[in-house]
Amino acid sequence: MSATLTAPPSAVPPAPARTTLARLRWAAADGWVMTRRYMAHVVRAPEEVIIYFTLPIMMVLVFGYVFGSGMAVPDGGSYREFLLPGVFVMTMIYGLGATATAVAFDVDRGVIDRFRSMPVARSALVVGRSTADLMRALLEMATLIVCGLLVGWQWREGVGGAVAAIALILLLRFAITWIGIYLGLIVKNADLVGVIVFPAAFPLTALSNVFVAPDLMPDWMGAVAQWNPLSSTVAAARDLFGNPGLGGDSWIVEHSLLMAVIWPLVLLAIFVPLSVRRYQRLSR
Amino acid sequence: MTSTDPAIVAEGLRKRYGDNHALDGLDLTVPRGIVYGLLGPNGAGKTTAVRSLATLLRFDSGSARVAGYDVVRDAGEVRARIGLTGQYAAVDETLSGRQNLVMFGRLYHLGARAARQRAEELLERFALTDAADRSAGAYSGGMRRRLDLAASLVLAPEVLFLDEPTTGLDPRSRNGVWEAVRALVEGGTTVLLTTQYLEEADQLAARISVIDAGRAVAEGTPDQLKAAIGGDRIEVVVRDAEQLAVAAAVVGRAASAQPEVDRDTRRVSAPVADRMAALTAVVGELQRAGIDAEDVGLRRPTLDEAFLQLTGHRPAETTDTADTEESAA
Repeated sequence: MSATLTAPPSAVPPAPARTTLARLRWAAADGWVMTRRYMAHVVRAPEEVIIYFTLPIMMVLVFGYVFGSGMAVPDGGSYREFLLPGVFVMTMIYGLGATATAVAFDVDRGVIDRFRSMPVARSALVVGRSTADLMRALLEMATLIVCGLLVGWQWREGVGGAVAAIALILLLRFAITWIGIYLGLIVKNADLVGVIVFPAAFPLTALSNVFVAPDLMPDWMGAVAQWNPLSSTVAAARDLFGNPGLGGDSWIVEHSLLMAVIWPLVLLAIFVPLSVRRYQRLSR
Repeated sequence: MTSTDPAIVAEGLRKRYGDNHALDGLDLTVPRGIVYGLLGPNGAGKTTAVRSLATLLRFDSGSARVAGYDVVRDAGEVRARIGLTGQYAAVDETLSGRQNLVMFGRLYHLGARAARQRAEELLERFALTDAADRSAGAYSGGMRRRLDLAASLVLAPEVLFLDEPTTGLDPRSRNGVWEAVRALVEGGTTVLLTTQYLEEADQLAARISVIDAGRAVAEGTPDQLKAAIGGDRIEVVVRDAEQLAVAAAVVGRAASAQPEVDRDTRRVSAPVADRMAALTAVVGELQRAGIDAEDVGLRRPTLDEAFLQLTGHRPAETTDTADTEESAA
């Protein structure tokens, strides 16, 4: 019996990595284990994902059919086709809640303590979470695209344009993930995080070009909506999908494609270092 | 690490949270291959000490070596050689027991097959095979603690930290944990066990350090400490508070130290050297003195009394906040 506990023939670990390359490989392996951990959560507890999918589908139906009947798109064209790229992006924003909650839950329940007491790369948890979220986002995009096709949305600029649009949306999601990780690490309370995120995310999506043209809003609000990072991604995606857009002549609108790349990079430049520092400061 | 090096050496560890000195110059030397008990009340600094030694918490000053490596400079080497089981099960509650153990094996960089094999061994050893595919979140408290302990043993650590491993467990689960700890030490692991229970330290530990307000106040084998504390105590409860003084005098003659008198509960208690002789003498004398005793009995000293003996004061209630802070940190 004591043999099982103390002399496992199977449990001989490799020596810890010493060179930079070996360390990177070690970190990549740890990050991948952590990614698989979060993916296994989706399989074991699919309720969360299902609940989380209903919202965008509802948005498509409510905005597309109820409000959409009374909405006109400046370029002409179908409101639902105008709306769908916005719903894609909006779904990505709501991913913030899932990310922050999962990270807060880990910190709250002490499982992070075990990871930290093991020879696990310090980056593993955050890298694993962001990678898993990206894979989850792919799944969500696939579902949304099917929904979209069912309500009459389509891409009109070829597969290349569609892939580029999806890549931009995922880039934004990746940046959002890191905001979520940071939130989870500072709030540390899984229940509280969920309560904070929704009221923050809703105005963020409404105050953009997702549902209506910022030109129709009061001046100051329209400016905020135009400079909202979401708006750049949504405008760029509409353009690349060949869906009806809003047009406009302000700098930010004319450079939406560029800004759809720059905004997420700016967010990453802020929140990756903040999260990593915060994670290291758990030892205070 | 050579066989003569201690498993753990801590010198002058200090950690402050605001005005609260969670560790106030803690010194600790733990020889290899034994269970070493860290005994103290809530807020004495036990958890802070364990978290510092397990590389989870940066202490303000002092130094510590675990398994031959400096916990600050060579934290990675230390982590490869330790296991940690805390008061709260640190496992993934969504994953199954098996998935948890395989994941921890993979994080220790065992190959896929080795990790699976090790998980099966541990599941069997801790009687979790039947529950292996259920989510850990659905486990009972005892099962979760066993899974947590199993997770600490994936690599048979040189040094295992057990922070109050039996708090909140029923007696059967507690015995299971004790049995596992004994088996581990037989295999050569060093265990640092924190506990609030004198009995637990007595059962398991070869040496004990009593800590209070972040500092070691006594160290030795359980026998040495019990001798210092005064071993068993005799306790007399009288029906009439007026008779307390006489009862105290009777108890005092049979005791090895000055009796304590508690008016509110009409209770006199004192440490005794020879339990049976003292009991016989006290019962006889109480009768002859015509004192109406509600209860006369022998019992082990409580931790509070041990503290009073060792430190000259009772564990301060105010230090309770330290534990809250420790768990939040």
